[in-house]
Amino acid sequence: MNQPVIEVKNLVKRFGHFTANDHLTFSVEKGEIFGFLGANGAGKTTAMRILCGLSSPTEGEAMVAGFNVKEQPEEVKRRIGYMSQKFSLFEDLTIWENMRFYSAIYGLSAKVFKERATRLLRDLTLYEERNRLVSTISLGWKQKLAFSVAILHEPSIVFLDEPTGGVDPITRRQFWEMIYEASSRGITVFVTTHYMDEAEYCHRVSIMVDGRIDALDTPGGLKKQFNAANMNDVFLALTR
Amino acid sequence: MNRFWAFVKKEFYHIFRDYRTMLILFAMPVAQVLIFGFVISMEVKDARIAILDKSKDEVTRDITGRLLSSGYFKAGGYLDSEKEIGDAFNFDRVKMVVVFEPDFSQHLNKDGHGAIQLIADAADANTARLLTTYCEGILAGYQQEINQSQLSAAKLLVPEVRMFYNESLDDVFMSIPGIMAMILLLVSAMMTSISITREKEFGSMEVLLISPLKPFQIIIGKVAPYVGLALINAISIILMGYFVFHMPVKGSVVLLLFECLLFTILALSLGIFISTIAKNQMVAMFISMFGLMLPTILLSGFIFPIENMPLPLQILSQIMPPKWFIVIVKKVMLKGVGLAYVWKETLIIIGYIVFFVTVSVKKFKIRLE
Repeated sequence: MNQPVIEVKNLVKRFGHFTANDHLTFSVEKGEIFGFLGANGAGKTTAMRILCGLSSPTEGEAMVAGFNVKEQPEEVKRRIGYMSQKFSLFEDLTIWENMRFYSAIYGLSAKVFKERATRLLRDLTLYEERNRLVSTISLGWKQKLAFSVAILHEPSIVFLDEPTGGVDPITRRQFWEMIYEASSRGITVFVTTHYMDEAEYCHRVSIMVDGRIDALDTPGGLKKQFNAANMNDVFLALTR
Repeated sequence: MNRFWAFVKKEFYHIFRDYRTMLILFAMPVAQVLIFGFVISMEVKDARIAILDKSKDEVTRDITGRLLSSGYFKAGGYLDSEKEIGDAFNFDRVKMVVVFEPDFSQHLNKDGHGAIQLIADAADANTARLLTTYCEGILAGYQQEINQSQLSAAKLLVPEVRMFYNESLDDVFMSIPGIMAMILLLVSAMMTSISITREKEFGSMEVLLISPLKPFQIIIGKVAPYVGLALINAISIILMGYFVFHMPVKGSVVLLLFECLLFTILALSLGIFISTIAKNQMVAMFISMFGLMLPTILLSGFIFPIENMPLPLQILSQIMPPKWFIVIVKKVMLKGVGLAYVWKETLIIIGYIVFFVTVSVKKFKIRLE
């Protein structure tokens, strides 16, 4: 491991007088599952948008997959995947059409797409359903499928913005198995979540409070540091 | 380029799989043209006409008989002087007055021509036009007959058409250019603003922006299908106008389509602009409806003549982009003029495109910050 794919130094983002991100400094290694926690409005989304090249920092530096997000956002975008709870796949397209669309905008050739999509759908036991409209499949399947689509182009990092919101516990567990599988293949997973049991699954967790990172360690380390029984208590101790 | 085509393909899936979109795109233009078509192109039957015969001779009586027995017209009164014409229109519900000059048959026999004035009530401009045309047809038939049966020099009936209340027949054929402006605005501005705000609302815009697609590719990809669809609509409206309204296309079809394309691009830039200010699909739709559709219908001279509006509204109507398109379409279709006569209006439209695209790009960048 030990090879940082995300390196953030003194990252500041201000909107007028409001400071959304206040001197963030952290790094994430290759293949790591990095939990990015914080209360609503703590500045997680802003930081994530900067790392994805959607917005540029006011001060400081952020390198993602070896490129500066401010100077080479296009290079960054090519090397990352993104999935959010709010939107996963186009409802009025079939599973196959959705996959073909994403693989095309990430520049995969038709041959590579067909190979990977077929393998992936067989793994998910969804191959027979590939011509169904996404609107007809369940939320759990949608989210699992969306995650697979987000890593179809084999990015170095995948950003997951509350990927398991509203999903049942069994599907969440399956979802995390998929995350582990991706991580074992060397894909870095940068995930935000409000489920503290999921925070326990992460290799390392950062907790943001009012625009700053107040804690960053392994779940075990954090529990020791805050003398807490679980991540829930750690979170409450920090944000209350 | 592959990325871009994949995106356009996705847009077509969105369009073709939403039956409401399909209805607006394809059923509505046809319905609009047909509704306007049937309202306007009614058959002339038993229209009331008044006769002002200053000659009262054999020939004028003969012609009057012809007109009244044609089935198109029926007698709505006989007038004694020009002063009664206004009243005939206003109180006797007469649609047209036929005036024979004094000593009509003498003129016809001696000088070889007799003058007949056809005065129509052009408040209903389409009917007025139809009535005078029918009447001229009957006169031409009569003229042919008298010339065939006699060996003397040819005699000419000289009808002179005059329109009351609306001399220049301004709103004849006004509806087709108006409907065209309306449909192109609807398809291009409303549908694109809705489809772009839909991506924002569903959160898919974020996913697309994070992808290697560039923002301009996303926007062009979103509007590209509508350029094609709007042009199909424009062509079908012109065709329907030609067959239903008998509206001529006197000018160059290429120029006409070019202007349609230009106006479509203007409408698309308006749609993009709306999508930068609207938060969701509902707002986008309302802005399109009340900010674009209603003013187009009310202020661009489509239904109400601009000259009759109060001054502030006249000024406002000058600002309406569709007004200029309607002027162009009217000139090209009805007057058959070339680009040399519509370059000013064309430049105004191009100016609007530049303006809205610039503002949208600025707004879009601010949103990304």
